[in-house]
Amino acid sequence: MTPRALVGVVVLLAAAALLPFALSDYRVFQLTLVLVYATALLGLNMLTGYNGQISLGHGAFYAIGAYCAAILMDKWGVPYWATLPVAGAVCLLAGFLFGLPALRLEGLYLALATFALGISLPQLLKYHLIESWTGGVQGITILKPDPPALLTDAGLPLNPDRWLYFFTLAVTIVMFALARNLLRGRIGRAMVAIRDNPVAAQAMGVNNALYKSLTFGVSAMYTGVAGALGAIAVQFVAPDSFGIFLSLAFLIGIVVGGLASISGALYGALFIQFVPNVADSVSKAAPWAIFGILIIAFVYLMPAGVAGVVRLARARIMREESQSETGGAKQPGTPKEVVQ
Amino acid sequence: MSEAIVHQVFAGLATGGIYASLALALVMIYQATHLVNFAQGEMAMFCTYIGWSLLQTGLGYWPAFLLTVAVGFVLGVLIERIVIRPIERTSVLSVVVVFIGLLAILNSVAGWIFTYTIKPFPSPFPESLANPLMSPHELGSILVTLVMLALLYLFFRFTPLGLAMRAAAQNPESSRLVGIRVGWMLALGWGLASAIGAVAGMMVAPVVYLDPNMMGGILLYAFAAALLGGIDNPLGAVLGGFIMGVLENLLGAFVIGNDLKLAVALVLIVGVLLVRPSGLFGTVHVSRV
Amino acid sequence: MLLDVKALQASYGATRVLHGMSFGMAPGSITTLLGANGAGKTTTLRAVCGMVKTGGEITFDGRRIDGKATEDIVRLGIAHVPDGRGTFAHLTTEENLRLGAYTRKDKARVHEDIERMYGYFPRLKERRRQQAGTLSGGEQQMLAVSRALMLRPKLLLLDEPSFGLAPLVVRELFGILRAVNQAERVSMLVVEQNAALALEVADHAYVLETGRVVLSGTAQHVRNDDAVRRSYLGY
Repeated sequence: MTPRALVGVVVLLAAAALLPFALSDYRVFQLTLVLVYATALLGLNMLTGYNGQISLGHGAFYAIGAYCAAILMDKWGVPYWATLPVAGAVCLLAGFLFGLPALRLEGLYLALATFALGISLPQLLKYHLIESWTGGVQGITILKPDPPALLTDAGLPLNPDRWLYFFTLAVTIVMFALARNLLRGRIGRAMVAIRDNPVAAQAMGVNNALYKSLTFGVSAMYTGVAGALGAIAVQFVAPDSFGIFLSLAFLIGIVVGGLASISGALYGALFIQFVPNVADSVSKAAPWAIFGILIIAFVYLMPAGVAGVVRLARARIMREESQSETGGAKQPGTPKEVVQ
Repeated sequence: MSEAIVHQVFAGLATGGIYASLALALVMIYQATHLVNFAQGEMAMFCTYIGWSLLQTGLGYWPAFLLTVAVGFVLGVLIERIVIRPIERTSVLSVVVVFIGLLAILNSVAGWIFTYTIKPFPSPFPESLANPLMSPHELGSILVTLVMLALLYLFFRFTPLGLAMRAAAQNPESSRLVGIRVGWMLALGWGLASAIGAVAGMMVAPVVYLDPNMMGGILLYAFAAALLGGIDNPLGAVLGGFIMGVLENLLGAFVIGNDLKLAVALVLIVGVLLVRPSGLFGTVHVSRV
Repeated sequence: MLLDVKALQASYGATRVLHGMSFGMAPGSITTLLGANGAGKTTTLRAVCGMVKTGGEITFDGRRIDGKATEDIVRLGIAHVPDGRGTFAHLTTEENLRLGAYTRKDKARVHEDIERMYGYFPRLKERRRQQAGTLSGGEQQMLAVSRALMLRPKLLLLDEPSFGLAPLVVRELFGILRAVNQAERVSMLVVEQNAALALEVADHAYVLETGRVVLSGTAQHVRNDDAVRRSYLGY
């Protein structure tokens, strides 16, 4: 990472650490959700942005993670932090198993199959045979965890909302760091190669089937962990929260934020969390109308999403600066990042 | 017991007609463009709301019905020309995203204009149609569907425009060489698909009640029907629709109850895609590497 | 001049195929474009039809047609029989013929024209209700030519009409083309790999090499010139 980028990240983290103390509990809760969605979007982006497999049903993994956390905490009193690895593992497996048949489905057909999953999800969650586990239509309520006594005893001004925020922040940072390593390395390049030209990738020795299924698994894991965190934050899981519009919101988030971009997940999360807040005051219908119009506009005008715009702006600034330094001599362009 | 089965079969044919219509609309668009219209359900729902508004103005049922079908046609043409045409040749993801955007806009605009309160929608079929096999609406619904399908068949088979549309869908380049304006044929296809959706919507609304989210499960069954019949085979789509309707009712009444109806559609969709993507009657594609 | 092509350039994407070729056709003539594979013959026909990006001028019947859409060029009276025939495989033989007349305003005479085509090609009549894709190669070629003639075109473009056909079938086909040309004054621009055959039928010939006209003359002249035949046409 360039020194400049490193400074940027440090500033960002400092701001993130200090914000909760300046904001109301509700705003802190909203920021927690932004982090949750960012992780979920990162998961979907891996699958769809980097690897080219379109999923219109990722809400399913979010739901699985959420229900994992809720059931573990409610039925067996498992501590909240321990539910994350379980949710992650379950979703990793579920995603991988999904990824296997998905290997045989191309583009539009995979989108169709996952769309079907997304639409049928609430009904599946309400199925009476698993009601004793899932709580049926009513769902499950869980309690927000208290901050650890160690820290409050030390005098830190932490309440449950703030604590949950920091906990989520820590998890999110770890997940993003892992993803960054993964996606910028050999594995990430293989994923993109499969997306852009599967035949060539296979011919170059990439095991398409293995990579695609694994990507599905890891992608599901990320979204599942996000789901668990989300359930803890919202303190509630119920089938109707996981309808098709959740999956569609995820898709919209990665397109607006920027496909095949890690920072895009954050922009997208801010978008899908706050646009409804603002638009809701106009009308209940407004958020989705805005989503629909914007997403079409983005496809036509800004296919690389907000992340793409930011990248272009940064490149232009760097070009102008280096030009002024060397007295206007032409500089080679910044290398283009691989974006659909 | 057998009487119950017979009743379920006939009721299933009635809903099957709805699935058949929507599946046909999906296949028409797929045949011409190789695109899956994810927004087909919302288009049908929106047209049904337009029908409802017309009825609110005091217009008679059948005049309102015909006017709605006409408006649905125009809506389809406009959507193709304005929203779809610019992105017809871009990546699969871009196309899917635009369809989702369309879905979102139609759903929310309907909710905004007509509110999310569930509304009743009238059935035009008089009690005189009552018979031991099915309700007046079920019978009327099947009749309307069959009449519509017959008219479409006659149109495509015997009119010059229908011939031109078939040609444009099968072979756009040769169509240009005989002077067919392929772009407009596509728009007409969308118009017809939208009009068909409007009919389907108005036939199903009396049963499920009018609400912006009413078409989700129905669209799922229509997808299953289209895939079952063969995504590029119109006749297959129609057959698939009737099969799905009967299957839904029989399974629902005797095997799994109402709980998992959508799961049935999901399993069928995934099953067909994995085992036999060309469905029962579609063309089998061999992709060579 | 019925067709006047000046300094025609054409590209597929970034690849330039025609580098400024010029030729003309008198009304009622049969002109043939000859040359090796890749010389640009098919591209020339496609350029006349508006199917490829062009530079230069194409004038048909006094009107500039370069830049026009294919569907509009067809309405001016140019019918194209592409290589590969372009039949509508899933439609019946008769539906294919009817489509040829799609843009015609005189619907009443379409029926008599269909019968006329059956007169030229009786085998098509036998197969009128069959799906066009099930016809043999020769029959599909006849169908493609008939469909084009259904337009009552002023100019007929033919791309490799002899390709994949048995010699007897080819003779039959070219005989009919010559008859149509004489009886109905349909001008024809024929692209052919089989130079000997084309030169028997045509009035004029142009030889293309890498996107340029390198030789032009009457068919008789080109046929009788040994040096030309050997160096450009390989026989």
